[in-house]
Amino acid sequence: MSHAIQDRPVTTVKRASSLSSARLPRWSPIAIAAGSIAAGIGIGLGAGWHSKVQWGMIAALLFVLTTYAVTTKVEGSRQAKDRVATSLVWVCFILAVVPLLSLAWVTISKGMEVLDPYFLGHSMNGVLDAEAGGGVYHALLGTIEQVAIATVIAAPIGLLTAVYLVEYGGGKLAQAVTFFVDVMTGIPSIVAGLFILATWNLMLGFGPSGFAGAMALAILMMPVVVRSTEEMLKLVPNELREASLALGIPKWRTILKVVLPTAIGGITTGVMLAVARITGETAPVLLLVFGTKLINPNPFEGAQSSLPLYVYEQYAVGTDAAVSRAWAAALVLIAFVMILNLVARGIARWKAPKTGR
Amino acid sequence: MAKRIDVSGLSAYYGAHKAIDDISMTVEPRSVTAFIGPSGCGKSTFLRTLNRMHEVTPGGRVEGKVMLDDENLYGSNVDPVAVRRTVGMVFQRPNPFPTMSIFDNVAAGLRLNGKYKKSQLNDIVEKSLKGANLWNEVKDRLNKPGSGLSGGQQQRLCIARAIAVEPDVLLMDEPCSALDPISTLAIEDLIGELKERFTIVIVTHNMQQAARVSDRTAFFNLAAVGQPGKLIELDDTERIFSNPSVQATEDYISGRFG
Repeated sequence: MSHAIQDRPVTTVKRASSLSSARLPRWSPIAIAAGSIAAGIGIGLGAGWHSKVQWGMIAALLFVLTTYAVTTKVEGSRQAKDRVATSLVWVCFILAVVPLLSLAWVTISKGMEVLDPYFLGHSMNGVLDAEAGGGVYHALLGTIEQVAIATVIAAPIGLLTAVYLVEYGGGKLAQAVTFFVDVMTGIPSIVAGLFILATWNLMLGFGPSGFAGAMALAILMMPVVVRSTEEMLKLVPNELREASLALGIPKWRTILKVVLPTAIGGITTGVMLAVARITGETAPVLLLVFGTKLINPNPFEGAQSSLPLYVYEQYAVGTDAAVSRAWAAALVLIAFVMILNLVARGIARWKAPKTGR
Repeated sequence: MAKRIDVSGLSAYYGAHKAIDDISMTVEPRSVTAFIGPSGCGKSTFLRTLNRMHEVTPGGRVEGKVMLDDENLYGSNVDPVAVRRTVGMVFQRPNPFPTMSIFDNVAAGLRLNGKYKKSQLNDIVEKSLKGANLWNEVKDRLNKPGSGLSGGQQQRLCIARAIAVEPDVLLMDEPCSALDPISTLAIEDLIGELKERFTIVIVTHNMQQAARVSDRTAFFNLAAVGQPGKLIELDDTERIFSNPSVQATEDYISGRFG
């Protein structure tokens, strides 16, 4: 039957049953992209637009439209939709990556100007705002201490809350806890700062300290830890819990020795992401830690500094030397968060369940 | 060691839904009892009531009595954790603990119960792995993760893990359904050896398997979807497969049901 159709002289060229059809060459998306960028630059120059953003927008639009037009012509409408979806994904990816790369580039290029061991090892003690020199040591120390204290407070509470929600919860209380965790996720950092300011500093009469700031940071960190840990615990197969319970292992030991170790990689990553989030917080630190030029290694008494606060202060001074210091401190902050992330990934990979033989 | 199970008037629920209705039976010690029946008839649910794993499922609830020799598993002062140490269980899909090595998997029951002496641990692990016919295959890589073994080896590892805590009864919930015929044969041989020491209850969808490994066979059925499952009859395997006393059993076994 099919042989008969194939052997027939080619009078009906476009047969619906054919499995092969015209295809664009593999390099065509790259060619269209290059052409669109060239056209975007050309149109931008021709129209005299100064903003390179506009050039990029034109290029992106042209890329998607040309892809659609060319593909419809050659391959048909279904493939055209497929390729448009693919090119939209690419455009969105580039839209997301461009600001990130430019941010990293600006921070690195401007930050490297004054970033050196001296900068990392000294405080601003006795350095006038306008003059060059000074360093970030006191702020780095403050950030490390405040973040460490916040983590020590928030991580265990968050972890145990998540364990309750996943392993024990289910009733009204669990619903309420979930609801309040969601609400807490949305708390602006300045509100957390004001809360601690109102209770710890104004009602109880303590002065500014790194600890006060750390408490506000802990409030911000807790819901993030709960959420990520909860998701990780939910991923642990129920079969493992049942296998453990069926061995006559009590539930608490099952959670401690089977469930948590299985999820520890993801939990670590979640905690580290939460740490990264609070490391960059400025508002509560501004309210509660107050900022200082001096090295204060004691987080429980007296004003401290922190990296985001330092960046803010130096930028506010506005002199060239101060702005350079602000960029360098921003670079230190990014590097600090980055190193934490890498450590977290390392721990996650090291602790993840192994599948090798 | 191996104990007799005496079930009377047992019903199990998932929330408001009754999964099994009024089951009574006796499981003899040092024998293999097989449960057969269509999907959804409550074989697995019933099996899980025998070591109080049913109540782990949210909404799971049990009525009736399960006597292990002369102790009611559902008595008011009975600790489910203690019950599960006495009545071990092997699941349908092999589920070794992914974070633990082969050695730690077998030792898990003892270690996490906190009742062991360090000097004994090596001996117990070796004995259990030998008991599960796995020792020769894994003795050189006891510190490798258990998840690296093949499916059949993993299942035998799970059996070793279950027998390491020296239960009196071993429940097996379709232990071979995820395995190839050769691994299945290995497990079936193992069941034949284990029945010298344990009371074994096995759920299976494979009737040849039930005929091969079991001494007694129970047939479960349900009247319709959504209805609770019931025990139709329990008899010597030979009788069930040659001359069952209930027509429904014969229909099911010979493939003439529905």
